[in-house]
Amino acid sequence: MAQSLSLKRPRSGPWADQLFGHLAKGSAFLTLGLLVAILGSLTISAWPAIEKYGLSFLANTAWDPVKEEFGGLVMIYGTIATSVIALVIAVPVSFGIAMFLTELSPAWLKRPLGTAIELLAAIPSIVYGMWGLLVFGPVLATYVQQPLQGLLTGVPFLGALVSGAPVGIGILSAGIILAIMIIPFISSVMRDVFEVTPALLKESAYGLGATTWEVVSKVVLPYTKAGVVGGIMLGLGRAIGETMAVTFVIGNFNQLDSLSLFQAANSITSALANEFAEAGQGLHQAALMYLGLVLFFITFVILSLSKLLLAQLRKGEGAKT
Amino acid sequence: MSDTTTTAPSAGRTSPNAAYAARAQRFASRKRVDQLATGLALLAMAFGLFWLFWILIQTVVLGIAGLSFATLTEMTPGPNEEGGLANAIYGSCLMVGLATFVGTPIGIMAGIYLAEFDRTGWLANVTRFVNDILLSAPSIVIGLFVYAIAVNPVHTFSAFAGVLALALIVIPVVIRTTENMLQLVPPGLREAAYALGSPKWKVIISITLKSARAGVITGVLLAVARIAGETAPLLFTALSNQFWTSSLGQPMASLPVTIFKFAMSPYENWQKLAWAGVFLITLAVLALNIAARVLTRTKN
Repeated sequence: MAQSLSLKRPRSGPWADQLFGHLAKGSAFLTLGLLVAILGSLTISAWPAIEKYGLSFLANTAWDPVKEEFGGLVMIYGTIATSVIALVIAVPVSFGIAMFLTELSPAWLKRPLGTAIELLAAIPSIVYGMWGLLVFGPVLATYVQQPLQGLLTGVPFLGALVSGAPVGIGILSAGIILAIMIIPFISSVMRDVFEVTPALLKESAYGLGATTWEVVSKVVLPYTKAGVVGGIMLGLGRAIGETMAVTFVIGNFNQLDSLSLFQAANSITSALANEFAEAGQGLHQAALMYLGLVLFFITFVILSLSKLLLAQLRKGEGAKT
Repeated sequence: MSDTTTTAPSAGRTSPNAAYAARAQRFASRKRVDQLATGLALLAMAFGLFWLFWILIQTVVLGIAGLSFATLTEMTPGPNEEGGLANAIYGSCLMVGLATFVGTPIGIMAGIYLAEFDRTGWLANVTRFVNDILLSAPSIVIGLFVYAIAVNPVHTFSAFAGVLALALIVIPVVIRTTENMLQLVPPGLREAAYALGSPKWKVIISITLKSARAGVITGVLLAVARIAGETAPLLFTALSNQFWTSSLGQPMASLPVTIFKFAMSPYENWQKLAWAGVFLITLAVLALNIAARVLTRTKN
């Protein structure tokens, strides 16, 4: 600073630097402020419902806009059930894809195949939704749901899971479509963390005569555990927050009277998408805002966990090399 | 491995065969497990690609069937009437364009802050953390937020609120890529510029940002691709509209919201138009994604 003052002809004063610095810092603060503002405004808008129901809102199955009685359990159940189905399908498949891309694929195929899987994430969710409703749903009903029902009706417990009309919309179809949508997220995180495994470790194992599967399951996986769980959490966060695809195929049915996976149901996001624009001011809207707040809170916790786990892997990587 | 060949003969005449057989058996079973696992991995890969192709093929086939010249020139019709998607396409382009225009500078500036001003401070770390959360946060929550701050107070849905919601989705995407790309710029470049006496803002704008240009543009393209298909945040901000509007203070149709409305309806002409819309959106989004990839590949 002292030097620049002694110069006769400063081309731009220190104010330009300061202004630029403040602009940059302001933009960073804006991002922080955004999170606080979202939480704050949702809480304020949801306040009438929070005040009236408190936490019992989360355990109440009633949802009756006419009688002004609201509880979120049906939607929360729908969100959890569809996300669990999505994870059950997507985790093993993503693991297989990541293993294929890091250990098995010939080098020239890695890039195109990786890109193709990532393109699954680029397809807008409305496309998944419409395809799911008009193309996939009927196929699922005819070739999966009806045979399953024929096979399992009468079997205790399993029979209850497949009861109801096999029409191709409901929890199962929503779960499958969510699985397809989160596969690219989970598999790309898994691939990235698999690739940070030091080549030395893998080569040592191969040198001792280990098979590909043994290298992946006994060397790569233990080394990248935290990252793999982080990737799964990221996928879960995505599945819980996904809106349009679920809204199309879940059936939007506010009742929780059977365990059936074929049953039309409702999720937090689909309830918001369907009802919010038409909801009158007052308790109905506040209850929907409350659901939104619950959704944001759940995804916030899950995504934070995911981020911490992935950061942990990065730290361990620094310590070991 | 060499161990077995040297010790086996010394163990006697009967046991080596048995030991060898046991070893071979174990090896065979390990190999079987390995083959099973690699086979399943191959299958998983095929499973992923299968959905991609199924979705794309259906979209192209049904989309082209629903597409006509009128799709691009006429307004959205009522049930069982002829019409097109012109106002929805226009609304989408306008809102996406404005949102990019508003969100990009903020995202780039925040990215610059993280990469150039404060790499390890608490503000940077917290911002990075929050940004990653916002990147994956449910977009419908953004819609609720914008409804609460921009629609509810004035009691009217507006394109303006839609632009705001989309801009809030652009910002985290741009921050992330800008920061990553700026961190790839070698420190030597900056130091050379400082040594010549350039002020910091000039170093950043005409040296660092310039050499990371391709990466930053990639981020913007990805952000555009992301918001072009976003439906949830527009549902209760911009709502929809049957007519051509250029006023930002009124509800405005957009392609995704129109598709949502039409696809859920029982009317055949609406569903046909929805497929045409889905085709247009998928085409645009995939083209943007591929352009973004090509841009970074040639740069690397």
